[in-house]
Amino acid sequence: MSDLETSPKVSRHRLRQARKETIVGYFFISPWLVGFFVWIAGPMLMSLVMSFLKTDLLTPSNFVGFEHYTRLVEDELFWKSLRNTAYYSVLSVSLGMCLSLVVAMLMNTRIKGITLFRTIYYLPAILPAAPVAILWRQIFNPDKGLANSVLRLIGLPPQKWLYSEEWALPCLVLMNLWGIGATMMIYLAGLQSIPEELYEASEIDGAGSWSKLRYVTLPMLSPTIFFNLIMSIIGSFLIFTSSYVMTSGGPNNATLTYVLYLYRNGFEYFKFGYASALAWVLFFIVLALSAVVFRSSTAWVYYESESRGE
Amino acid sequence: MNTVGRVMGIRTQFAEKWHSRRTRRLVGHVIVYVMVMAGALIFLLPLYYLLNIALSSPESLGKYRMEWIPRPIMWSNFSEGWVEYYDFTEYLRNTMYITSLAVIGQLLSNILVAYGFARVRFAGRNMWFIVLLGTMMLPGQVTLVPKYVIFAKLKWVNTYKPLIVPQYFASAFYVFLLRQFFMTLPRELDDAARIDGCGHMGILVRILLPLSKAPLVAVAVFSFVDNWSAFFDPLIYLNDPKRWTLVLGTTSLITGWGNRYIHVGYVMAVVTLAIIPVLVIYYFAQRYFIEGITLTGVLK
Repeated sequence: MSDLETSPKVSRHRLRQARKETIVGYFFISPWLVGFFVWIAGPMLMSLVMSFLKTDLLTPSNFVGFEHYTRLVEDELFWKSLRNTAYYSVLSVSLGMCLSLVVAMLMNTRIKGITLFRTIYYLPAILPAAPVAILWRQIFNPDKGLANSVLRLIGLPPQKWLYSEEWALPCLVLMNLWGIGATMMIYLAGLQSIPEELYEASEIDGAGSWSKLRYVTLPMLSPTIFFNLIMSIIGSFLIFTSSYVMTSGGPNNATLTYVLYLYRNGFEYFKFGYASALAWVLFFIVLALSAVVFRSSTAWVYYESESRGE
Repeated sequence: MNTVGRVMGIRTQFAEKWHSRRTRRLVGHVIVYVMVMAGALIFLLPLYYLLNIALSSPESLGKYRMEWIPRPIMWSNFSEGWVEYYDFTEYLRNTMYITSLAVIGQLLSNILVAYGFARVRFAGRNMWFIVLLGTMMLPGQVTLVPKYVIFAKLKWVNTYKPLIVPQYFASAFYVFLLRQFFMTLPRELDDAARIDGCGHMGILVRILLPLSKAPLVAVAVFSFVDNWSAFFDPLIYLNDPKRWTLVLGTTSLITGWGNRYIHVGYVMAVVTLAIIPVLVIYYFAQRYFIEGITLTGVLK
């Protein structure tokens, strides 16, 4: 090959060929590339500019500098929505990650009818979020909703659920837990890719179930756990539909989530500048959280890159 | 294994150990089974409750306690709820229109882009692919307001264009899914086709696509469910009740009726009808769903 490349004629031909391939390549990816600039990069820049403007589309906009950002710091609802979202995120990510892992381990056993069970556990995850929120609103109905009917059935006192400032957010977490199916499926795929030999080898070394979990399953699964963790954190910070439909932020803003507050500023009060500032702050929060998880990952995520050569 | 033990002449000790292990395993099996069953019941309970309410009369719903089996069973809730508050037939039509055009757009654009990343060697390919993967983690809310402003300037608000047109520009996740699959198809196929005089388009259409049924169905099914279920974008862009989607109309039964009386049986009947197409798709295309979702796990 290197002999051929020394000939100037051939190399010029190659160059032309490569240039042609580059043009063809950009032709093929052009839908995404154009979309990236028009729907992602452009609007992101625009959103940054808008966060320095006072604008509502109807009256002419004017430049206000960092006013929106300084106002954010003093905005009680901003802090409240951030606290609510963080609280929701901690609850739903920790519970969701654990529960979906436990269910995935159960689904990884070879019991009869396992495919049916997998279907059942995965099903709620694909149902449309807004109608599901309507259903759960009814489930948490304090009079004769399903939640209180079950509590009565097992002899526990009924709760006020969505009408209680204390309980409303945990209710949204409970509903979210119903949809762990997707996370569970990703765990299941991770579990199934752990080579059987590792378990056999550890058994020979006398490992019990606990040691197998601790020293084989969890390390081998850590890349999957990492992926699910990042996705769950991002997803939980963007919670909107359930609070919009189930409580519209109430009672007393106990379920006012960050994106709901952003939505209200943008599309109910038409404060586009302020909403853009909120959006950028959200972007940095999500970025910072992902960065923290990414940096911590070197300490606990195990990649067997050498042996598998990926 | 018993026989093996006997043959080896170490009968007593080993057989005993084996038996206890077998019992242990059996007990473990039973415990797992009970847990899985209990969990499955808990997971199905909300759906049972949905049907329960959807089939209840206003009288049974007015009772002090919930009826575990509604009497009488009101099948008419489905037909009456469908027309009582809004014209859901129109919403169904709107949803089908948006969803079908969106699915076509996703298929067309993602196939092209995935082929470009999988099979054409061009300068900057790796860089753009990393950018593409990065956009998957970007919260869409950051671009929400400016996108609305753009669509408002274009006078597209209250039309279906903001919901459909962006879907002709590919989506990172589907590009990734298709590209990963294309990479698994042997390149010798391309070479053979090239000798037969095929260009890139020919290789894509005649060779790769016929072999890619599973990932194509996965993309179609995912984007169908996504669009069918969409809430945020329709909420923002469709203000005219005539143009609402099924999900938006259903949700407005709850959020848009204020304190006026509304029969919850009707609401749940409509909720049931709104999720049935998703259930049907899931039933028929379960394999593709699971393959698709499993592939996301590769992305680490």
